[in-house]
Amino acid sequence: MSALELRNLVKSFGGLRVTADVNLDVAPGERRLIIGPNGAGKTTLFNLIAGELRPDGGSIRLFGEDITRLPCRSRPHRGLARTYQIITLFPRETLLRNVILSLLGLSPLRWNPVLLLRRQKALFAEARAALERVGLDRIAERPLAETSYGERRRVEIAMALAQQPRLLLLDEPFAGLSIDERKDVQRLLLAIPREVTVVMIEHDMDVALDLADRITLMHFGEIIIEGTRAEVVAHPRTREVYLGE
Amino acid sequence: MSRWIALALALVALATVPWWVVNGYYVNIVSQILIYAILALGLNVLVGYAGLVSLGHAGLFGVACYTVAWFVAAGWGQLAAALFALAMIIATSAVFAVLSLRATGIGFLMITLAIGQILWGLAYRWIGVTGGDNGINVPSRPAPFGLSLTFSRPFYFFVLVVFLVAVAAMAVLIRSPFGASLKGTRDQPRRMTALGYNVWLIRFVAFLFSGFWSGVAGVLFCYYNQFVSPNVLALSSSAEALLMVISGGTGTLLGPIAGAALVVVMKNVASAYIERWNLVLGAIFVAIVIFMPEGLVPGSVRLWRWAWSLRRGPRAAAALRTGGGSAG
Repeated sequence: MSALELRNLVKSFGGLRVTADVNLDVAPGERRLIIGPNGAGKTTLFNLIAGELRPDGGSIRLFGEDITRLPCRSRPHRGLARTYQIITLFPRETLLRNVILSLLGLSPLRWNPVLLLRRQKALFAEARAALERVGLDRIAERPLAETSYGERRRVEIAMALAQQPRLLLLDEPFAGLSIDERKDVQRLLLAIPREVTVVMIEHDMDVALDLADRITLMHFGEIIIEGTRAEVVAHPRTREVYLGE
Repeated sequence: MSRWIALALALVALATVPWWVVNGYYVNIVSQILIYAILALGLNVLVGYAGLVSLGHAGLFGVACYTVAWFVAAGWGQLAAALFALAMIIATSAVFAVLSLRATGIGFLMITLAIGQILWGLAYRWIGVTGGDNGINVPSRPAPFGLSLTFSRPFYFFVLVVFLVAVAAMAVLIRSPFGASLKGTRDQPRRMTALGYNVWLIRFVAFLFSGFWSGVAGVLFCYYNQFVSPNVLALSSSAEALLMVISGGTGTLLGPIAGAALVVVMKNVASAYIERWNLVLGAIFVAIVIFMPEGLVPGSVRLWRWAWSLRRGPRAAAALRTGGGSAG
């Protein structure tokens, strides 16, 4: 059984086919890297898997369960978490509160209108542990608005990991980071346990290649090649797509 | 600590109003402030915490008002009338919410405005039920536990109790996990969906809560005036409620209360001295927008801190400007 199985997935915006008959199988525990030039349809593919977009055709299975018609909000409850290419966090809240919101999303507590949130010790302990994992527990109480871009990237990852997903979608986790910050994030991603299957979109091959078991190359909404690291890097089509030869 | 002292002082001040405001007319004005404060607090749940600006809340206020008036005038018991009104307000809020939550932002505002106007039209034209322009007279105020509310003092205490319950409910809600969920849907609805929240349902529940308190205010207003007419749910009433929330400070607990006090005082007290009191009220709103765009309460807090820091010297003022020095 695959962790993620896409069959003949199709999505068009008007006349533009952004996802064209995509078939993809990701094994449990695998690290899959999706690469491709700008406009190849990588983020659209993520939005389809996460349920933010409805596919025009085809099916999506998560650990054998058909989730094609499942609303976006139900998918985290099935073990799917994602990060965004453009950071979408809660700027008025502290780092701790951001992670709390992530934890609360999967807890029935989120409907409770009479308890005091700050008294929920277990929730706060869990959130602190999640921040510790990405090395931000020192500044847990700092408002998000006063943190750096690199720190926010790590908050994104902490929030996704806090939900203890089975499948984690990372959309360009290295975008906009300095060399040092990239190393930090890379270390962080390498530390993710193998119970979590990771699918990652990334342009920076230097840091991303080390993380990937298999690589999928997309171009104009289609999957061009798929294979191990060495196979894809050596493939003539890779050069063609990236260098426009 | 100082927070609790301030709270205790405020409670004492509110509880002793009939003694330091001896004149019954002014006691009634304070009752009116509290009634409008409940409406503004209810509206603030949507405007301040859900990020949904409604221009139709006078409609909900009015529906509750009319329901009580109709049942009491028809000879039903006071308790039954009040319960019918609350059931009615929840049902109306639910319909209101289902229709208006199809949109957010300006779309939401326009739908609430339209429904509010429909309700106003019903009150004005459905003469068989509402009495049209003549309105409905309410023969008597209720007498809970045998205590007559006919006079201004006991009525004030009745309103005060309901007001305190409303404030407490609001304070608990915004500090609860649900309150955090609600604020999340205001700031990042898309992210909230991706985190597993049902954004629509959260907004729907918030709308019911907001509508419920607006309705409670409507019931009290009906007892206060012992009369209801279509003016109660006119667009200008909705706009007034929204102005209370915005001028006082959206997304704060005290803001809507301060805003309600400002509007009611201007309407009732200043209008006795200045014929064009609307002009004065307008000028005050303009001043608030220019000098305290965040609203009276958060704006005053900011100015107060700034004034204090000036007294403590330029270094403290500089620290305040940069956000309180080192936080890590």
